[in-house]
Amino acid sequence: MHISEGVLSAPVLLTGAALTAAGVAVGLKKMDYEKIPQVAVLTSAFFVVSLIRVPVGPSAVHLVLNGLLGLVLGWAAFPAILVGVALQGLLFQFGGLTTLGVNTFTMAMPAILCYYLFGRGIAHKHSGVATALAFACGFFAILLSSLLVALCLIFTGESFLQAAKVLVLAHLPVMVLEGVVVAFCLAFLMKVKPELLGATHAAG
Amino acid sequence: MHIDNFATGDSLLHRLDPRVKIVVAVLFSVVVAVADRYGCLATAVCLSLALLFLARLSLREVFLRLLVVNAFIVFLWLFLPFTYGGEKLFSIGPLDATREGVIYALLITVKSNTIVLALIALLGTSPIISLGHALSHLYVPDKLIHLLFFTVRYLQVLHLEYDRLRDAMRIRAFKPGTNVHTYRSFAYLIGMLLIKSFDRADRIRKAMLCRGFHGKYYVLSHFELQRVDVIMMVIMMLLVSGMASLQWIILK
Repeated sequence: MHISEGVLSAPVLLTGAALTAAGVAVGLKKMDYEKIPQVAVLTSAFFVVSLIRVPVGPSAVHLVLNGLLGLVLGWAAFPAILVGVALQGLLFQFGGLTTLGVNTFTMAMPAILCYYLFGRGIAHKHSGVATALAFACGFFAILLSSLLVALCLIFTGESFLQAAKVLVLAHLPVMVLEGVVVAFCLAFLMKVKPELLGATHAAG
Repeated sequence: MHIDNFATGDSLLHRLDPRVKIVVAVLFSVVVAVADRYGCLATAVCLSLALLFLARLSLREVFLRLLVVNAFIVFLWLFLPFTYGGEKLFSIGPLDATREGVIYALLITVKSNTIVLALIALLGTSPIISLGHALSHLYVPDKLIHLLFFTVRYLQVLHLEYDRLRDAMRIRAFKPGTNVHTYRSFAYLIGMLLIKSFDRADRIRKAMLCRGFHGKYYVLSHFELQRVDVIMMVIMMLLVSGMASLQWIILK
């Protein structure tokens, strides 16, 4: 869900950069030096996971998992996603320098919201409720990300309106897929290693 | 996973100080990203092609990269010619493509590819570690640089870990398809990878504390601006400011 270089207008790029700078500043402030290895290794893990091609019907998609990332890392999701996006730029030439802010914000903002909205809910006593919330977390993160990308395009020019609409609709299967994967993954983590989700919460 | 694909080589650009390259890359991208005059963009295209030539990269590899980058651009081509108001150029069924729409889509395509080419030539030719080191000289916060270094350091380690888990699944005859079994298996694979990373991170933290880590990352090799760095920087800065003046100062 990266927006390429040279597409967006200057005000959109500037807004994205400013919001990302603010988010990263908060994230770095909340992350002390001792936490860096933990955040970094989990960032690498999420990076590796995003390379998996998951079949959906005749095609295949890559997972984003920014909802899950938000639950695990809290505010550190902002610097983590910034590093991830920068690395994708450096390793595969996706996105680039001027879109760094926008592309980070469209993924990190939903991650932070998921952290606040679903952080407590996923540990709900009733497993049905916990599963529903976990699904909602994965679904909502992609929904919000694609809406933010669509907004960036629409604010650049009204002629992008159709493309933006199709972009959000095309992500519907991805939203469902991410919901399912996050639900299974959280059920697994709660059973095997609940500290993974608790550790950052205590600090954040 | 391959890191630093284009970073091996011995061209002028490979040897250039990464700090110079980062500064030029940022200025160049910003100017091209907001430019819309042909004079400015034509200069930018020439400059990025010149940089590519100077970097002596495999053109085939670069072309393959560009193909991937253009996926989003192709998506925009499906809409822009038809949704941008203006003079009718041609029509496909009920849809009318406008001249202005096609020009706009073309403009975006040129801008996007020009920036990516310049970035490959400038930033692709330095190893990520030296770019990170250069960023720390350019006042990027310490913690962010540490995060970048550690993430790059463990990327390959975790990719191997992932390969091992994936092999274990393959041995058990796992074939991905569109079904719940596939999605559950991938979800557990992801969960397992996160747990392994979490435990590994704890071991790293302890090992670092044992070795007296107190928030500073020492680098052993230092940059020194050579005469060629200064000359190249001046030339490239002049060209970029030339582009900027073609965009904003010189009128038609």
